Amino acid sequence: MSAASPAIRFDEVTLGYGRRPAVHHLDGAIPAGSLIAVVGPNGAGKSTLLKGIVGTLKPLEGHIRCNASPGVAYLPQAAEIDRSFPLSVYDLVAMGLWSRSGLFGGISRHDRTKIEQALAAVGLTGFERRPISTLSGGQMQRALFARLLLQDAPVILLDEPFTAIDAKTTADLLDLVRRWHDEARTVVAVLHDLDMVKRTFPQTLLIAREPVAWGETGEVLSPENLLKARRMVEAYDPHADICHRSVA
Amino acid sequence: MLDLFHTPFSEFEFMRRALVGVIAIALGGGPVGVFLMLRRMSLTGDAMAHAILPGAAVGYLVAGLSLPAMTIGGLFAGVIVAVAAGLVSRFTALKEDASLAAFYLLSLALGVTIVSLRGSNVDLLHVLFGTVLALDDNTLLLLASISTITVLALAVLYRPLVLECVDPIFLRSVSNAGTPTHLIFLGLVVMNLVGGFHALGTLLAVGMMMLPAAASRFWTSDVTMMMLVSVGIGIVSGLSGLLLSFHAELPAGPAIILSAGAIYVISLVLGREGGLLWLAWPGRHLEA
Repeated sequence: MSAASPAIRFDEVTLGYGRRPAVHHLDGAIPAGSLIAVVGPNGAGKSTLLKGIVGTLKPLEGHIRCNASPGVAYLPQAAEIDRSFPLSVYDLVAMGLWSRSGLFGGISRHDRTKIEQALAAVGLTGFERRPISTLSGGQMQRALFARLLLQDAPVILLDEPFTAIDAKTTADLLDLVRRWHDEARTVVAVLHDLDMVKRTFPQTLLIAREPVAWGETGEVLSPENLLKARRMVEAYDPHADICHRSVA
Repeated sequence: MLDLFHTPFSEFEFMRRALVGVIAIALGGGPVGVFLMLRRMSLTGDAMAHAILPGAAVGYLVAGLSLPAMTIGGLFAGVIVAVAAGLVSRFTALKEDASLAAFYLLSLALGVTIVSLRGSNVDLLHVLFGTVLALDDNTLLLLASISTITVLALAVLYRPLVLECVDPIFLRSVSNAGTPTHLIFLGLVVMNLVGGFHALGTLLAVGMMMLPAAASRFWTSDVTMMMLVSVGIGIVSGLSGLLLSFHAELPAGPAIILSAGAIYVISLVLGREGGLLWLAWPGRHLEA
Protein backbone atom coordinates (compact mmCIF):
# COMPACT_ATOMS: atom_id res chain seq x y z
CA MET A 1 0.00 0.00 0.00
CA SER A 2 1.13 3.52 -0.68
CA ALA A 3 2.20 5.86 2.04
CA ALA A 4 -0.83 8.13 1.54
CA SER A 5 -2.94 8.63 4.64
CA PRO A 6 -5.79 6.11 4.81
CA ALA A 7 -9.31 7.20 3.91
CA ILE A 8 -10.76 4.08 5.50
CA ARG A 9 -9.03 1.92 8.10
CA PHE A 10 -10.20 -1.52 9.25
CA ASP A 11 -8.97 -2.82 12.59
CA GLU A 12 -9.74 -6.54 12.78
CA VAL A 13 -13.30 -5.84 11.67
CA THR A 14 -16.00 -8.47 11.87
CA LEU A 15 -19.40 -7.47 10.50
CA GLY A 16 -22.47 -9.63 10.53
CA TYR A 17 -26.07 -10.22 11.39
CA GLY A 18 -27.04 -11.63 14.73
CA ARG A 19 -23.76 -13.28 15.79
CA ARG A 20 -23.02 -14.68 12.32
CA PRO A 21 -20.09 -13.02 10.64
CA ALA A 22 -20.57 -11.88 7.02
CA VAL A 23 -17.17 -10.19 6.92
CA HIS A 24 -14.69 -11.97 9.15
CA HIS A 25 -11.56 -10.33 10.60
CA LEU A 26 -10.74 -7.77 7.94
CA ASP A 27 -7.63 -5.76 8.68
CA GLY A 28 -6.03 -3.08 6.56
CA ALA A 29 -6.46 0.38 5.09
CA ILE A 30 -7.69 2.00 1.92
CA PRO A 31 -5.40 4.96 1.14
CA ALA A 32 -7.05 8.26 0.25
CA GLY A 33 -7.50 8.63 -3.49
CA SER A 34 -7.70 4.88 -4.16
CA LEU A 35 -9.87 3.40 -6.86
CA ILE A 36 -10.61 -0.02 -5.47
CA ALA A 37 -12.93 -2.81 -6.55
CA VAL A 38 -14.46 -5.21 -4.04
CA VAL A 39 -14.92 -8.60 -5.67
CA GLY A 40 -16.21 -11.94 -4.45
CA PRO A 41 -18.97 -14.49 -4.85
CA ASN A 42 -22.56 -13.79 -3.83
CA GLY A 43 -22.91 -13.80 -0.07
CA ALA A 44 -19.24 -12.95 0.38
CA GLY A 45 -20.01 -9.89 2.53
CA LYS A 46 -19.34 -7.20 -0.07
CA SER A 47 -22.51 -5.21 0.55
CA THR A 48 -22.14 -5.80 4.27
CA LEU A 49 -18.67 -4.26 4.11
CA LEU A 50 -20.04 -1.10 2.49
CA LYS A 51 -22.82 -0.87 5.09
CA GLY A 52 -20.13 -1.07 7.74
CA ILE A 53 -18.16 1.77 6.17
CA VAL A 54 -21.27 3.98 5.86
CA GLY A 55 -22.04 3.21 9.48
CA THR A 56 -25.55 1.79 9.07
CA LEU A 57 -24.23 -1.54 10.36
CA LYS A 58 -22.13 -1.58 13.52
CA PRO A 59 -19.21 -4.06 13.58
CA LEU A 60 -19.63 -7.10 15.81
CA GLU A 61 -15.98 -6.63 16.67
CA GLY A 62 -13.15 -4.29 15.74
CA HIS A 63 -13.36 -0.75 14.40
CA ILE A 64 -13.83 0.97 11.08
CA ARG A 65 -12.36 4.45 10.94
CA CYS A 66 -13.50 6.54 8.02
CA ASN A 67 -11.61 9.74 7.44
CA ALA A 68 -14.12 11.53 5.24
CA SER A 69 -15.40 15.03 5.83
CA PRO A 70 -18.14 16.10 5.14
CA GLY A 71 -19.14 12.51 4.64
CA VAL A 72 -19.40 9.38 2.59
CA ALA A 73 -21.53 9.17 -0.54
CA TYR A 74 -23.18 5.77 -0.79
CA LEU A 75 -25.08 4.14 -3.64
CA PRO A 76 -26.70 0.99 -2.26
CA GLN A 77 -27.37 -2.07 -4.35
CA ALA A 78 -30.73 -1.79 -6.14
CA ALA A 79 -31.43 1.29 -4.06
CA GLU A 80 -34.47 0.84 -1.88
CA ILE A 81 -36.15 3.84 -3.39
CA ASP A 82 -39.91 4.13 -3.39
CA ARG A 83 -40.32 4.78 -7.09
CA SER A 84 -44.06 5.38 -6.71
CA PHE A 85 -43.45 8.44 -4.52
CA PRO A 86 -44.47 11.61 -6.36
CA LEU A 87 -41.04 13.23 -6.72
CA SER A 88 -39.36 14.87 -9.70
CA VAL A 89 -35.94 13.90 -11.02
CA TYR A 90 -34.75 17.40 -10.13
CA ASP A 91 -35.77 17.00 -6.49
CA LEU A 92 -34.23 13.52 -6.28
CA VAL A 93 -30.90 14.85 -7.54
CA ALA A 94 -31.12 17.95 -5.34
CA MET A 95 -31.14 15.67 -2.28
CA GLY A 96 -27.41 15.37 -2.89
CA LEU A 97 -27.05 18.86 -1.45
CA TRP A 98 -28.28 17.68 1.97
CA SER A 99 -24.90 17.94 3.70
CA ARG A 100 -24.83 21.66 2.89
CA SER A 101 -28.50 22.63 2.92
CA GLY A 102 -29.69 20.33 5.72
CA LEU A 103 -33.18 20.78 7.08
CA PHE A 104 -33.80 24.32 6.02
CA GLY A 105 -31.02 25.73 3.92
CA GLY A 106 -32.30 27.27 0.72
CA ILE A 107 -31.02 26.22 -2.68
CA SER A 108 -29.05 29.12 -4.10
CA ARG A 109 -28.61 30.06 -7.74
CA HIS A 110 -25.13 28.56 -7.49
CA ASP A 111 -26.67 25.29 -6.27
CA ARG A 112 -29.17 25.34 -9.13
CA THR A 113 -26.32 25.62 -11.61
CA LYS A 114 -24.63 22.66 -9.93
CA ILE A 115 -27.79 20.58 -10.14
CA GLU A 116 -28.11 21.40 -13.84
CA GLN A 117 -24.45 20.53 -14.38
CA ALA A 118 -24.86 17.22 -12.58
CA LEU A 119 -27.93 16.35 -14.68
CA ALA A 120 -26.00 17.28 -17.83
CA ALA A 121 -23.01 15.18 -16.74
CA VAL A 122 -25.18 12.05 -16.58
CA GLY A 123 -27.10 12.92 -19.74
CA LEU A 124 -30.42 13.67 -18.07
CA THR A 125 -30.87 17.27 -19.21
CA GLY A 126 -34.55 17.74 -20.02
CA PHE A 127 -35.66 15.18 -17.43
CA GLU A 128 -35.91 17.73 -14.59
CA ARG A 129 -39.70 17.73 -14.24
CA ARG A 130 -40.21 14.03 -14.94
CA PRO A 131 -41.59 12.03 -11.98
CA ILE A 132 -39.12 9.36 -10.89
CA SER A 133 -41.83 6.73 -11.46
CA THR A 134 -41.42 7.23 -15.23
CA LEU A 135 -37.66 6.54 -15.34
CA SER A 136 -36.19 3.33 -16.73
CA GLY A 137 -33.66 1.38 -14.68
CA GLY A 138 -30.71 2.96 -16.48
CA GLN A 139 -32.14 6.48 -16.24
CA MET A 140 -32.71 5.99 -12.52
CA GLN A 141 -29.09 4.92 -12.08
CA ARG A 142 -27.98 8.01 -14.02
CA ALA A 143 -30.09 10.18 -11.72
CA LEU A 144 -28.55 8.52 -8.65
CA PHE A 145 -25.07 9.16 -10.04
CA ALA A 146 -26.04 12.81 -10.51
CA ARG A 147 -26.99 12.86 -6.84
CA LEU A 148 -23.61 11.33 -5.94
CA LEU A 149 -21.93 14.09 -7.98
CA LEU A 150 -23.74 16.74 -5.95
CA GLN A 151 -22.80 15.10 -2.67
CA ASP A 152 -19.26 16.09 -3.53
CA ALA A 153 -17.93 13.57 -1.02
CA PRO A 154 -14.26 12.59 -0.62
CA VAL A 155 -15.23 8.91 -0.27
CA ILE A 156 -17.71 7.30 -2.67
CA LEU A 157 -19.10 3.78 -2.17
CA LEU A 158 -20.86 2.04 -5.06
CA ASP A 159 -22.63 -1.29 -4.55
CA GLU A 160 -22.98 -3.14 -7.87
CA PRO A 161 -23.65 0.10 -9.71
CA PHE A 162 -23.76 -1.44 -13.20
CA THR A 163 -25.95 -4.47 -12.57
CA ALA A 164 -28.74 -4.61 -15.18
CA ILE A 165 -27.43 -1.44 -16.83
CA ASP A 166 -26.81 -1.32 -20.60
CA ALA A 167 -23.34 -0.89 -22.12
CA LYS A 168 -23.75 2.76 -23.12
CA THR A 169 -24.96 3.84 -19.70
CA THR A 170 -22.26 1.76 -18.01
CA ALA A 171 -19.58 3.43 -20.14
CA ASP A 172 -20.95 6.90 -19.34
CA LEU A 173 -21.13 6.22 -15.61
CA LEU A 174 -17.70 4.57 -15.60
CA ASP A 175 -16.34 7.83 -17.04
CA LEU A 176 -17.71 9.57 -13.97
CA VAL A 177 -15.95 7.04 -11.74
CA ARG A 178 -12.65 7.79 -13.53
CA ARG A 179 -13.31 11.50 -13.13
CA TRP A 180 -13.78 11.02 -9.38
CA HIS A 181 -10.49 9.12 -9.32
CA ASP A 182 -8.75 11.97 -11.19
CA GLU A 183 -10.17 14.37 -8.60
CA ALA A 184 -8.37 12.29 -5.92
CA ARG A 185 -11.55 11.01 -4.35
CA THR A 186 -11.57 7.53 -2.82
CA VAL A 187 -13.89 5.22 -4.75
CA VAL A 188 -14.85 1.76 -3.48
CA ALA A 189 -17.02 -0.23 -5.88
CA VAL A 190 -18.53 -3.69 -5.49
CA LEU A 191 -18.38 -5.31 -8.93
CA HIS A 192 -18.88 -8.66 -10.64
CA ASP A 193 -17.46 -7.87 -14.09
CA LEU A 194 -13.81 -8.91 -13.68
CA ASP A 195 -12.83 -7.55 -17.11
CA MET A 196 -14.11 -4.15 -16.09
CA VAL A 197 -12.20 -4.41 -12.83
CA LYS A 198 -8.97 -5.28 -14.65
CA ARG A 199 -9.42 -2.42 -17.11
CA THR A 200 -10.42 0.34 -14.72
CA PHE A 201 -9.60 -0.47 -11.10
CA PRO A 202 -5.93 -0.45 -10.05
CA GLN A 203 -6.67 -2.00 -6.63
CA THR A 204 -8.88 -4.93 -5.72
CA LEU A 205 -10.08 -6.53 -2.51
CA LEU A 206 -11.19 -10.12 -3.03
CA ILE A 207 -13.34 -11.39 -0.20
CA ALA A 208 -15.27 -14.53 0.52
CA ARG A 209 -16.39 -13.74 4.06
CA GLU A 210 -12.69 -13.88 4.98
CA PRO A 211 -10.46 -11.51 3.02
CA VAL A 212 -8.79 -13.67 0.33
CA ALA A 213 -6.42 -11.16 -1.28
CA TRP A 214 -5.96 -7.41 -1.32
CA GLY A 215 -3.67 -5.30 -3.47
CA GLU A 216 -2.80 -4.72 -7.13
CA THR A 217 -5.69 -5.94 -9.27
CA GLY A 218 -3.50 -8.09 -11.53
CA GLU A 219 -2.07 -10.02 -8.59
CA VAL A 220 -5.30 -10.30 -6.64
CA LEU A 221 -7.34 -11.72 -9.50
CA SER A 222 -5.03 -14.70 -10.05
CA PRO A 223 -6.68 -18.04 -10.89
CA GLU A 224 -5.58 -19.49 -7.51
CA ASN A 225 -7.17 -16.65 -5.54
CA LEU A 226 -10.39 -16.80 -7.55
CA LEU A 227 -10.62 -20.53 -6.99
CA LYS A 228 -10.07 -20.03 -3.29
CA ALA A 229 -12.87 -17.45 -3.19
CA ARG A 230 -15.20 -19.72 -5.11
CA ARG A 231 -14.74 -22.46 -2.51
CA MET A 232 -16.37 -20.33 0.18
CA VAL A 233 -19.17 -22.19 1.89
CA GLU A 234 -22.23 -19.98 1.68
CA ALA A 235 -24.38 -21.68 4.28
CA TYR A 236 -23.32 -21.02 7.83
CA ASP A 237 -22.69 -23.81 10.27
CA PRO A 238 -25.67 -23.91 12.66
CA HIS A 239 -23.40 -25.32 15.38
CA ALA A 240 -20.57 -22.84 14.88
CA ASP A 241 -18.38 -22.28 17.92
CA ILE A 242 -17.58 -18.87 19.32
CA CYS A 243 -14.69 -17.31 17.42
CA HIS A 244 -11.65 -16.86 19.66
CA ARG A 245 -9.25 -15.48 17.05
CA SER A 246 -7.21 -12.89 18.92
CA VAL A 247 -7.78 -9.22 18.23
CA ALA A 248 -4.57 -7.32 17.52
CA MET B 1 -81.05 28.93 -1.61
CA LEU B 2 -78.19 30.77 0.02
CA ASP B 3 -80.11 30.56 3.26
CA LEU B 4 -79.61 26.80 3.26
CA PHE B 5 -75.88 27.42 3.66
CA HIS B 6 -76.09 30.55 5.74
CA THR B 7 -78.85 30.17 8.30
CA PRO B 8 -77.56 27.18 10.25
CA PHE B 9 -74.36 29.04 11.03
CA SER B 10 -75.77 32.53 11.53
CA GLU B 11 -78.54 31.33 13.85
CA PHE B 12 -76.83 28.66 15.92
CA GLU B 13 -73.63 29.11 17.83
CA PHE B 14 -73.04 25.38 18.21
CA MET B 15 -72.94 25.11 14.40
CA ARG B 16 -70.37 27.89 14.17
CA ARG B 17 -68.25 26.18 16.80
CA ALA B 18 -68.56 22.88 15.01
CA LEU B 19 -67.43 24.53 11.77
CA VAL B 20 -64.38 26.10 13.41
CA GLY B 21 -63.59 22.72 14.96
CA VAL B 22 -63.71 20.76 11.72
CA ILE B 23 -61.67 23.42 9.90
CA ALA B 24 -58.98 23.08 12.59
CA ILE B 25 -59.08 19.29 12.25
CA ALA B 26 -58.85 19.53 8.45
CA LEU B 27 -55.82 21.87 8.63
CA GLY B 28 -53.77 19.46 10.72
CA GLY B 29 -55.25 16.13 9.67
CA GLY B 30 -55.02 16.58 5.90
CA PRO B 31 -51.23 17.03 5.64
CA VAL B 32 -50.56 14.34 8.25
CA GLY B 33 -52.86 12.03 6.32
CA VAL B 34 -50.98 12.75 3.08
CA PHE B 35 -47.71 11.64 4.66
CA LEU B 36 -49.35 8.59 6.24
CA MET B 37 -50.62 7.64 2.80
CA LEU B 38 -47.31 8.29 1.02
CA ARG B 39 -45.47 6.23 3.62
CA ARG B 40 -47.99 3.40 3.21
CA MET B 41 -49.03 3.83 6.81
CA SER B 42 -52.73 4.46 6.23
CA LEU B 43 -53.69 1.48 8.34
CA THR B 44 -51.22 2.61 11.01
CA GLY B 45 -53.41 5.67 11.49
CA ASP B 46 -56.41 3.44 11.91
CA ALA B 47 -54.62 1.20 14.39
CA MET B 48 -53.43 4.16 16.42
CA ALA B 49 -56.92 5.65 16.54
CA HIS B 50 -58.04 2.47 18.29
CA ALA B 51 -55.02 2.57 20.56
CA ILE B 52 -56.14 5.95 21.90
CA LEU B 53 -59.36 4.52 23.30
CA PRO B 54 -57.95 2.87 26.45
CA GLY B 55 -56.00 6.00 27.39
CA ALA B 56 -59.07 8.16 27.03
CA ALA B 57 -61.02 5.52 28.92
CA VAL B 58 -58.63 5.69 31.85
CA GLY B 59 -59.01 9.48 31.85
CA TYR B 60 -62.77 9.00 31.82
CA LEU B 61 -62.59 6.47 34.65
CA VAL B 62 -60.61 8.89 36.79
CA ALA B 63 -62.37 12.16 36.02
CA GLY B 64 -65.54 11.47 34.04
CA LEU B 65 -66.11 13.28 30.72
CA SER B 66 -63.31 15.75 31.34
CA LEU B 67 -61.38 17.31 28.47
CA PRO B 68 -57.90 17.40 30.04
CA ALA B 69 -58.12 13.93 31.59
CA MET B 70 -59.25 12.24 28.39
CA THR B 71 -56.81 14.23 26.25
CA ILE B 72 -53.84 13.36 28.42
CA GLY B 73 -54.95 9.75 28.67
CA GLY B 74 -55.39 9.48 24.90
CA LEU B 75 -52.07 11.18 24.12
CA PHE B 76 -50.30 8.96 26.60
CA ALA B 77 -51.73 5.72 25.26
CA GLY B 78 -51.24 6.80 21.64
CA VAL B 79 -47.63 7.86 22.15
CA ILE B 80 -46.77 4.67 24.05
CA VAL B 81 -48.21 2.50 21.29
CA ALA B 82 -46.69 4.57 18.49
CA VAL B 83 -43.23 4.77 20.01
CA ALA B 84 -43.16 1.16 21.12
CA ALA B 85 -44.31 -0.04 17.71
CA GLY B 86 -41.85 2.29 15.96
CA LEU B 87 -38.92 1.08 18.06
CA VAL B 88 -39.85 -2.57 17.67
CA SER B 89 -40.04 -2.26 13.88
CA ARG B 90 -36.82 -0.28 13.71
CA PHE B 91 -34.68 -2.57 15.81
CA THR B 92 -36.22 -6.03 15.45
CA ALA B 93 -37.23 -8.23 12.56
CA LEU B 94 -40.91 -7.40 13.02
CA LYS B 95 -42.35 -4.93 10.49
CA GLU B 96 -44.28 -1.88 11.61
CA ASP B 97 -47.71 -3.17 10.63
CA ALA B 98 -47.28 -6.36 12.65
CA SER B 99 -45.87 -4.62 15.72
CA LEU B 100 -48.62 -2.00 15.61
CA ALA B 101 -51.28 -4.67 15.36
CA ALA B 102 -49.81 -6.36 18.42
CA PHE B 103 -49.69 -3.18 20.49
CA TYR B 104 -53.06 -1.81 19.51
CA LEU B 105 -54.89 -5.11 20.08
CA LEU B 106 -53.35 -5.17 23.52
CA SER B 107 -54.41 -1.61 24.32
CA LEU B 108 -57.83 -1.97 22.70
CA ALA B 109 -58.67 -5.00 24.85
CA LEU B 110 -57.42 -3.09 27.86
CA GLY B 111 -59.51 -0.07 26.91
CA VAL B 112 -62.75 -1.98 26.46
CA THR B 113 -62.22 -3.62 29.83
CA ILE B 114 -61.67 -0.24 31.49
CA VAL B 115 -64.73 1.35 29.88
CA SER B 116 -66.90 -1.51 31.01
CA LEU B 117 -65.83 -0.94 34.62
CA ARG B 118 -67.87 2.26 34.76
CA GLY B 119 -69.87 3.90 32.08
CA SER B 120 -73.30 4.53 30.66
CA ASN B 121 -74.22 3.95 27.04
CA VAL B 122 -74.43 7.70 26.45
CA ASP B 123 -70.86 8.15 27.60
CA LEU B 124 -69.76 5.22 25.48
CA LEU B 125 -71.37 6.82 22.41
CA HIS B 126 -69.57 10.05 23.28
CA VAL B 127 -66.25 8.26 23.34
CA LEU B 128 -66.85 6.27 20.17
CA PHE B 129 -68.44 8.95 17.99
CA GLY B 130 -67.50 12.29 19.52
CA THR B 131 -69.51 15.41 20.08
CA VAL B 132 -68.81 17.74 17.19
CA LEU B 133 -71.98 19.74 17.92
CA ALA B 134 -70.96 20.41 21.53
CA LEU B 135 -67.45 21.79 21.31
CA ASP B 136 -66.67 24.18 24.17
CA ASP B 137 -64.02 26.92 24.23
CA ASN B 138 -61.34 24.69 25.67
CA THR B 139 -61.88 21.96 23.12
CA LEU B 140 -61.73 24.49 20.28
CA LEU B 141 -58.51 25.91 21.72
CA LEU B 142 -57.08 22.42 21.90
CA LEU B 143 -58.03 21.67 18.28
CA ALA B 144 -56.57 24.99 17.09
CA SER B 145 -53.34 24.40 19.03
CA ILE B 146 -52.96 20.92 17.60
CA SER B 147 -53.38 22.10 14.02
CA THR B 148 -50.94 24.99 14.60
CA ILE B 149 -48.28 22.72 16.06
CA THR B 150 -48.84 20.20 13.28
CA VAL B 151 -48.44 22.71 10.45
CA LEU B 152 -45.31 24.22 12.03
CA ALA B 153 -43.75 20.84 12.74
CA LEU B 154 -44.42 19.60 9.23
CA ALA B 155 -42.77 22.73 7.84
CA VAL B 156 -39.65 21.95 9.87
CA LEU B 157 -39.65 18.23 9.10
CA TYR B 158 -40.69 18.42 5.46
CA ARG B 159 -37.35 17.48 3.91
CA PRO B 160 -36.43 14.56 6.16
CA LEU B 161 -40.02 13.30 6.00
CA VAL B 162 -39.97 13.22 2.21
CA LEU B 163 -36.51 11.63 2.27
CA GLU B 164 -37.64 9.01 4.78
CA CYS B 165 -40.46 8.12 2.43
CA VAL B 166 -38.48 8.05 -0.82
CA ASP B 167 -35.04 6.84 0.14
CA PRO B 168 -34.56 6.01 3.82
CA ILE B 169 -31.12 4.48 3.21
CA PHE B 170 -29.88 7.70 1.66
CA LEU B 171 -31.20 9.70 4.60
CA ARG B 172 -29.43 7.36 7.00
CA SER B 173 -26.18 7.75 5.06
CA VAL B 174 -26.23 11.56 5.24
CA SER B 175 -27.94 12.34 8.52
CA ASN B 176 -29.15 11.07 11.87
CA ALA B 177 -32.46 12.86 11.45
CA GLY B 178 -34.31 9.72 10.36
CA THR B 179 -35.30 8.20 13.71
CA PRO B 180 -36.27 11.48 15.45
CA THR B 181 -38.23 12.54 12.37
CA HIS B 182 -40.09 9.28 12.35
CA LEU B 183 -40.92 9.51 16.05
CA ILE B 184 -42.00 13.16 15.88
CA PHE B 185 -44.20 12.33 12.92
CA LEU B 186 -45.85 9.51 14.85
CA GLY B 187 -46.34 12.01 17.69
CA LEU B 188 -48.14 14.34 15.28
CA VAL B 189 -50.37 11.48 14.15
CA VAL B 190 -51.33 10.75 17.75
CA MET B 191 -51.98 14.43 18.52
CA ASN B 192 -54.25 14.84 15.53
CA LEU B 193 -56.09 11.64 16.33
CA VAL B 194 -56.69 12.80 19.90
CA GLY B 195 -57.94 16.14 18.58
CA GLY B 196 -60.19 14.40 16.09
CA PHE B 197 -61.33 12.07 18.86
CA HIS B 198 -63.00 14.92 20.80
CA ALA B 199 -65.03 15.95 17.77
CA LEU B 200 -65.57 12.70 15.93
CA GLY B 201 -64.80 9.92 18.40
CA THR B 202 -62.17 7.20 18.24
CA LEU B 203 -63.81 5.34 15.40
CA LEU B 204 -64.19 8.23 12.97
CA ALA B 205 -61.25 10.50 13.90
CA VAL B 206 -58.99 8.85 11.38
CA GLY B 207 -61.57 9.52 8.66
CA MET B 208 -60.74 13.25 8.49
CA MET B 209 -57.10 12.24 8.03
CA MET B 210 -57.19 9.47 5.47
CA LEU B 211 -60.20 10.25 3.27
CA PRO B 212 -59.10 13.78 2.23
CA ALA B 213 -55.53 12.55 1.75
CA ALA B 214 -56.53 9.58 -0.36
CA ALA B 215 -58.84 11.79 -2.44
CA SER B 216 -56.13 14.40 -2.99
CA ARG B 217 -53.82 11.79 -4.55
CA PHE B 218 -56.23 11.62 -7.50
CA TRP B 219 -55.85 15.32 -8.30
CA THR B 220 -52.13 16.07 -8.16
CA SER B 221 -48.76 14.35 -8.08
CA ASP B 222 -47.01 17.14 -6.19
CA VAL B 223 -46.65 16.58 -2.45
CA THR B 224 -47.15 20.24 -1.46
CA MET B 225 -50.24 20.55 -3.66
CA MET B 226 -51.52 17.27 -2.27
CA MET B 227 -51.43 18.67 1.26
CA LEU B 228 -53.26 21.85 0.19
CA VAL B 229 -55.88 19.86 -1.73
CA SER B 230 -56.40 17.53 1.24
CA VAL B 231 -56.97 20.50 3.56
CA GLY B 232 -59.47 21.92 1.08
CA ILE B 233 -61.28 18.61 0.82
CA GLY B 234 -61.33 18.30 4.61
CA ILE B 235 -62.88 21.75 5.02
CA VAL B 236 -65.48 21.14 2.31
CA SER B 237 -66.34 17.76 3.87
CA GLY B 238 -66.73 19.38 7.29
CA LEU B 239 -68.95 22.14 5.93
CA SER B 240 -71.16 19.89 3.81
CA GLY B 241 -71.35 17.26 6.52
CA LEU B 242 -72.55 19.81 9.07
CA LEU B 243 -75.14 21.20 6.64
CA LEU B 244 -76.28 17.69 5.77
CA SER B 245 -76.68 16.81 9.42
CA PHE B 246 -78.55 20.05 10.13
CA HIS B 247 -81.03 19.82 7.27
CA ALA B 248 -81.51 16.06 7.16
CA GLU B 249 -81.24 15.63 10.93
CA LEU B 250 -78.43 13.11 10.68
CA PRO B 251 -75.76 12.57 13.33
CA ALA B 252 -73.05 15.15 12.61
CA GLY B 253 -69.88 13.07 12.89
CA PRO B 254 -70.92 10.33 10.50
CA ALA B 255 -72.36 12.95 8.12
CA ILE B 256 -68.96 14.67 7.94
CA ILE B 257 -67.12 11.44 7.27
CA LEU B 258 -69.77 10.42 4.72
CA SER B 259 -69.21 13.73 2.91
CA ALA B 260 -65.47 13.09 2.87
CA GLY B 261 -66.18 9.58 1.62
CA ALA B 262 -68.38 10.96 -1.17
CA ILE B 263 -65.59 13.33 -2.25
CA TYR B 264 -63.17 10.39 -2.19
CA VAL B 265 -65.43 8.32 -4.46
CA ILE B 266 -65.90 11.27 -6.85
CA SER B 267 -62.10 11.76 -6.94
CA LEU B 268 -61.56 8.06 -7.50
CA VAL B 269 -63.76 8.21 -10.57
CA LEU B 270 -62.99 11.66 -12.00
CA GLY B 271 -59.52 12.49 -10.62
CA ARG B 272 -57.01 13.55 -13.28
CA GLU B 273 -54.16 11.58 -11.70
CA GLY B 274 -55.16 8.00 -12.30
CA GLY B 275 -58.92 8.32 -11.75
CA LEU B 276 -61.01 5.45 -13.12
CA LEU B 277 -62.47 7.48 -16.01
CA TRP B 278 -59.01 8.53 -17.18
CA LEU B 279 -57.77 4.97 -16.90
CA ALA B 280 -60.71 3.65 -18.91
CA TRP B 281 -60.52 6.31 -21.64
CA PRO B 282 -56.94 7.57 -21.78
CA GLY B 283 -57.27 8.79 -25.38
CA ARG B 284 -55.15 7.71 -28.31
CA HIS B 285 -51.45 7.18 -27.66
CA LEU B 286 -48.94 9.89 -28.55
CA GLU B 287 -45.97 10.02 -30.91
CA ALA B 288 -42.85 8.39 -29.43
